[in-house]
Amino acid sequence: MEVIASMLRVATPLLFAALGGMVSERAGVVNIALEGMMLIGAFAGAAVAYTTQSPWLGAGAAMLAGVFIAAFYGLIVIQLRANQIIGGTAINMLAAGLTPFLSKIFFDVTGNTPSLPMEARFQYAPMIAAWVLVIGAWFWLKYTPSGTWVRFAGEKPEALESAGVRVNRVRWISVLISGCLAGLGGASLSIFLASSFSRNMTAGRGFMALAALIFGRWMPIPTAIACLLFGFADAAQIRLQGVVLWGAEPVPVQFIQILPYLATILVLAGFVGQSRAPKSLGLPFKKG
Amino acid sequence: MTSADKAVPAVELRGLSKAFNGFAANTDVNLLVRPGTIHAIIGENGAGKSTAMKLLYGIHKPDKGEIRIRGETKVWKTPAEAIACGIGMVHQHFMLAGPYSALENILLGVESSASAEGRASFIPKFLRPVGRSRAIRQLDEISSQYGLKGIPWDTEVEALPVGVQQRIEILKLLYQNASILILDEPTAVLTPQETVELFMNLKKLAAEGKSILIITHKLKEVMNLSDDVTVLRGGRVVGCRRTPETNIEELAGLMVGRKVNLQVAAPPAPVLGPAVLALKNVSLKTRSVHETGMHRLNDLSFEVRSGEVVGIAGVEGNGQSELLHVLLHPLEFCKSRDGGLSGEINCLGSVTHDARRSLSTKRIRDLGVGIIPEDRHKEGLLLERSVEDNFLLGQETRKPFSVSGFISGGALRAAANVAIEKYDVRPRNLTIEAGNLSGGNQQKLIIAREFEQSPRFIIAAQPTRGVDVGAIEFIHQKILLARTAGAGVLLISSELDEILALSDRILVMYGGKIVARFQRGEATEQALGLYMGGAGSK
Repeated sequence: MEVIASMLRVATPLLFAALGGMVSERAGVVNIALEGMMLIGAFAGAAVAYTTQSPWLGAGAAMLAGVFIAAFYGLIVIQLRANQIIGGTAINMLAAGLTPFLSKIFFDVTGNTPSLPMEARFQYAPMIAAWVLVIGAWFWLKYTPSGTWVRFAGEKPEALESAGVRVNRVRWISVLISGCLAGLGGASLSIFLASSFSRNMTAGRGFMALAALIFGRWMPIPTAIACLLFGFADAAQIRLQGVVLWGAEPVPVQFIQILPYLATILVLAGFVGQSRAPKSLGLPFKKG
Repeated sequence: MTSADKAVPAVELRGLSKAFNGFAANTDVNLLVRPGTIHAIIGENGAGKSTAMKLLYGIHKPDKGEIRIRGETKVWKTPAEAIACGIGMVHQHFMLAGPYSALENILLGVESSASAEGRASFIPKFLRPVGRSRAIRQLDEISSQYGLKGIPWDTEVEALPVGVQQRIEILKLLYQNASILILDEPTAVLTPQETVELFMNLKKLAAEGKSILIITHKLKEVMNLSDDVTVLRGGRVVGCRRTPETNIEELAGLMVGRKVNLQVAAPPAPVLGPAVLALKNVSLKTRSVHETGMHRLNDLSFEVRSGEVVGIAGVEGNGQSELLHVLLHPLEFCKSRDGGLSGEINCLGSVTHDARRSLSTKRIRDLGVGIIPEDRHKEGLLLERSVEDNFLLGQETRKPFSVSGFISGGALRAAANVAIEKYDVRPRNLTIEAGNLSGGNQQKLIIAREFEQSPRFIIAAQPTRGVDVGAIEFIHQKILLARTAGAGVLLISSELDEILALSDRILVMYGGKIVARFQRGEATEQALGLYMGGAGSK
């Protein structure tokens, strides 16, 4: 039971990030920048929550920061049609460098923010919000015009353009939403699961969210289930630390901590072959 | 004068010009479409047909000139504005997203017209759920009005036959209330029967008052279908005729700018030599039906003898691509998990595939096999490399181009120069990129390379696809010449005219099987069409 509760909690950042990645990738823009967007969001969330003592303002700031960095990403890959993998990697490196730099400026410590008191942190809200978003995303993609446009933008952008909807506008908005959600995912790390920002605290969760997205065949509900799976691996990892399996010594903690990453690799290696990506994923769109 | 003459023209283009990077794609194009008529626009590749239509549809903006719709001057920046004006276009490559349903594809961009009125008006339009039942009701009505039947609304588009996909495209336009329909090469992918059906539908649409523009290069269709015809050449209008007042020869002459011999008379077949290709019970099974829509090959047995052209007719996707693949790359089927290739293939006296072994593609080509591939961009040329490099392709290790392991530039240039002269590849320039040649000249370059190696067995797959009338004539002559010289030719084509003109024997493929065999002169277009559509076997 405790593991289940823990799983739901640690899956929350993954859910936000995976949903963000889904919106962007369904619209045809690869988003490996999720990691960086999360990291920036985690920092902005913790910093503002600490300054204002309000987790809500912190979450808002994280979303704004995510949108801001996503706008930069959009500029590179949509407007200037740069390679999306390289652009995303650049964003990730930027985030990894920028966050310690900013923490040094604002709080005079490199890589950390001061720890948050209980009332400046979330108790349940992000977890609930994440699941509401999953259901909302499912309905939105399936039944609303704008959701349909996003799907067509990633599958057959020419069709969308010739139906009179501007593909790059759809992609822009999708990438911004993606940044917003990834930022929120970051904030739920720093002001929900933990009580401060620490250096590189996302630790690959952006990529894990991406793996969940692929495993979930770019669909909201299966993606959410994949997030739970990784969340479970993470929760189990925390529980198993210090467990004595044989002999007198506990299993080295480093081996236990591998668990979620191992799960990611196994899932990607085992199932991704059967997953079908949006056809125009990663291809910049040019009119005419 | 009929009433259509007096009425305000549905579409009028006046002095339209458009240049891309200094290259004039359209110069001073004038066009007049009478309402309720079918207007054909013909011209060779690169004549500016598509550009003119893209200007009309708002994809590009004209540099000069005027577009008038029903007498009103229009300037638009995006297709959305053209759509709002009642213009719709069916593109040559369908604008449909395969994994989504017919309904979703039809409603794309106009979803809000189907959302329930009144209720939930506080929600912005782009978030209002699509009113499925309402949309289906509207669509049922439209489709029965115009006789566009047989569209399953909820089926994924990729699971439907091409003819139905095209009907979905047309219905999409009608649902948007388009009154001016533009169709770009609509028959390229259809069987003769589907074509007949399409033409009936189009005539019905015109009778209901829709104005239709159809881009094509098939002159026979122009004569059968259209009321008027406008001919483009080099970006300019070179003629405009009432269809009943013209004929195929005149139109062909206008298109090419000289007299064209449309009927390449095949000289009688020389004495048949030994078999250059023999297939015995060749079957190909793929693991899953879903795998990229691979049709299997089903128990194929036939021969191609030296000195004859064997034509394989069939609608695309009935196993022709697989047959090519099996002939050229049998080894892939041994190595891969798809070990489903069985039977025996004998090529120029060597067994290239049987139960025990398969030859590599290089070994097969070295036997003396020349290939005009199906997709010249993917399999025939390196588009970013020069004409010279492309001429060398596949002969790098052969004399005289290879001298003790090094490529002899002099020998190559000399041979390539002779070849592009002989095969009329324009411009005569060895250094330009192959991608910058027109489709016809790219094809001639491939033929030059392959035929200069004097192959004894030639595989010609869709040799004149996307090639202009002048080049078609040339390519057909070269193929017949090779036959006279004693080569055996396997011709795979979805163009019936081509099959009928060149083949000494015709095999019809349907669903991976040979369903009918004809000798030269026995087959008619109708008969072939029936078998191509799966109407039985002979």
